[in-house]
Amino acid sequence: MSLKGQSTKVYDWVERRLGLFKPAWTAASHPTPANNASWWYVFGSAATVLLMLQVVTGILLAFVYSPSANEAWSSLGLLNRAIPLGWYLRALHGWGSDFMVAIVLIHLAQVFLFGAYKFPRELTWIVGVLLLLLTLGMAFTGQVMRFDQDAYWGLGIGASIVSRVPWIGGPLVHLLLGGPIIGGATLSRFFALHVFILPGLLLAGVGMHIWMTLYHGVSDWPMPGRIVRKSTYEREYHELTQETGIPFVPDAAWKDAVFAAATILAVMACAFFFGPFGPTGTPDPTIIQTVPKPDFFFLWIYALLAFLPPAIETPFMLVVPVLVIAAMLVLPLVASEGERHWARRPIAVLSLSVIAVTLAIFTHLGTYTPWSPVMDAWSSAPIAPALLHNRTPLERQGALVLEDKQCRDCHSIGGSGGQRGPALDTIAIRMTQDQIIRQVLQGGGNMPAYGNALSPAETSALMHFLMTLRGNDMAPAVDASRKLTNSDHAQPPMPAAPERCTIAQ
Amino acid sequence: MTGQIPHGSNQQHPDSPAEAVEAQPPINAESAHHSRRAFLFKLSVAFNAVVGIALAVPLVEYFLGPSMRKSSDTGGWVPLGPLDNFPVGQTRLAEFRNPLATFDDGETANTSAWVRRVSAQQFQVFAVNCAHLGCPVRWFPESRLFLCPCHGGAYYEDGARASGPPERGLFEYRYRVDGTSLIIHAGDMPTLATQARCNPKQQPLVVIQSTQTPRSEADA
Repeated sequence: MSLKGQSTKVYDWVERRLGLFKPAWTAASHPTPANNASWWYVFGSAATVLLMLQVVTGILLAFVYSPSANEAWSSLGLLNRAIPLGWYLRALHGWGSDFMVAIVLIHLAQVFLFGAYKFPRELTWIVGVLLLLLTLGMAFTGQVMRFDQDAYWGLGIGASIVSRVPWIGGPLVHLLLGGPIIGGATLSRFFALHVFILPGLLLAGVGMHIWMTLYHGVSDWPMPGRIVRKSTYEREYHELTQETGIPFVPDAAWKDAVFAAATILAVMACAFFFGPFGPTGTPDPTIIQTVPKPDFFFLWIYALLAFLPPAIETPFMLVVPVLVIAAMLVLPLVASEGERHWARRPIAVLSLSVIAVTLAIFTHLGTYTPWSPVMDAWSSAPIAPALLHNRTPLERQGALVLEDKQCRDCHSIGGSGGQRGPALDTIAIRMTQDQIIRQVLQGGGNMPAYGNALSPAETSALMHFLMTLRGNDMAPAVDASRKLTNSDHAQPPMPAAPERCTIAQ
Repeated sequence: MTGQIPHGSNQQHPDSPAEAVEAQPPINAESAHHSRRAFLFKLSVAFNAVVGIALAVPLVEYFLGPSMRKSSDTGGWVPLGPLDNFPVGQTRLAEFRNPLATFDDGETANTSAWVRRVSAQQFQVFAVNCAHLGCPVRWFPESRLFLCPCHGGAYYEDGARASGPPERGLFEYRYRVDGTSLIIHAGDMPTLATQARCNPKQQPLVVIQSTQTPRSEADA
């Protein structure tokens, strides 16, 4: 018997008993409206393929990774350096995670923009929102698996947010950490979350999501004026499928397959050329010379937390996420009918644009954290020689005070230094001497008071130097009333009055 | 599989067979058996519910274990070293091993604290964790400020809030001067909800031990 004949016989034997191949093929080749065989419809399948990549690479990493606070960091080093191709597996898993979050977000934006969440696909959207949250949960718990300084302090930030919940904040912190401190129990429970609980929910949710996509069919391409009505939509979709239907596999699915392969290729390229993420320093909290930062997709939250005023911070942290998630969940219930085309949904387009721009801005801010003091600027940032040229000894002494008292950690001069406070390059044309002294000694407007850290001599020197910072030699700001009270003085009186120092005859 | 998968179309309602069954009640002898079996099935569901609850209670208790702990006075007293390590008027970083550390906490149980010696017998011991979101604050002796690298929180040398997002000052540990060494009460990682265990009265509780009663734990 020929090889082909034998294979057919084996297939028939198995399928007779299994009964799965034929229905699977029927499902894969179901007719779909020709207008949705588009490059815009490829993101969901790419996200699924990325999930498979994450499952496979994750299992392979678990062969070596040790989820113990004693050993996790060292086992990452082992993977990076000693285990052949361990670095590549870590890199694939890390980049696969970033790509997956990105593709899931693009998928969400596309479905929202195309109005594909409307009847009868409301539950598909709701499950999709939960899948997005699970994906973000996987990204955060995965960051904890990379048990380094960022993971440690990231957990600290998580615990600090949870601790703000009224009444049960303390028990919640202990539940999150698995004990009184971030330690072995914390890593163990985040490991359980990352490899059992969240992936289990994720796979079950993806199964539901795909089942509903098959059950209702892939949404047709939106057309202006083609209104979704619960009474007519399914009949219209059925007719469209009958008139223009093409088999999903292969006529539409080749685009999904090409995009999925290109995505995986991109993950492989990033993994190969850029390598794995970290780990950074050991998770030893006595090493406080660290600037903790979350992974890319959480930078916008990190940035947002820097800008909230203290008074509304706790309510904002606890209430707004609930409202945002609730709004996403009920969206298809309140807008299940109507126009799907973006040209007829200006509010939807505007909302999506505003959200995207907001997230992009906060993420960008999170990459360079202008609100954070530059901890070493005071000892490393230079003052341009021009600013010291032709200055009196007192003024130069003031420049030294400026450096020594760490003013540069928050204020820049000549483009170097922190951006927490305003740049000081032209401070003298904006503030008078009295205002500068008051601001330095008493603080205010988000500046600490330096009254206890500066002697009167240092304050005077600092003020005199700051009064020389006038940009292109513009006139300094002056207090108008000074002219009236000291009409014969070009400059206001100095702190030390020379008359009292004259030697008694 | 399109044939098998109804596109939510009206003619194929999944619940229509159930209605059909209800519409024609069984009339033959099987009905007696049916009602008996249906009753037994309900009984088995109830039995499973009871077993399920009996199974679930300890599982939930296990799961909630870490948060059920009566932790108002967990932790313990740990030495930070001899008093001579902390000159009067200065603020220094001290390290200790968390007294609640378990076998697999590794280096995560190493902890540091900022010790400010106000006078010979008066101290302030601050947690390094920023009161905003827990990042480690650094001390700058020249400007007499603690600065946080994450979101720019700043504190004065006495731990009071100076500027930035924190709502309050730095968390403080209870301390004791025991003979020639400084010991503090440490346990929970300080956060807005758990700091009370380190510092129940919001103010540092100063207990100065007399030198005649040296405590063995200070030598640990």
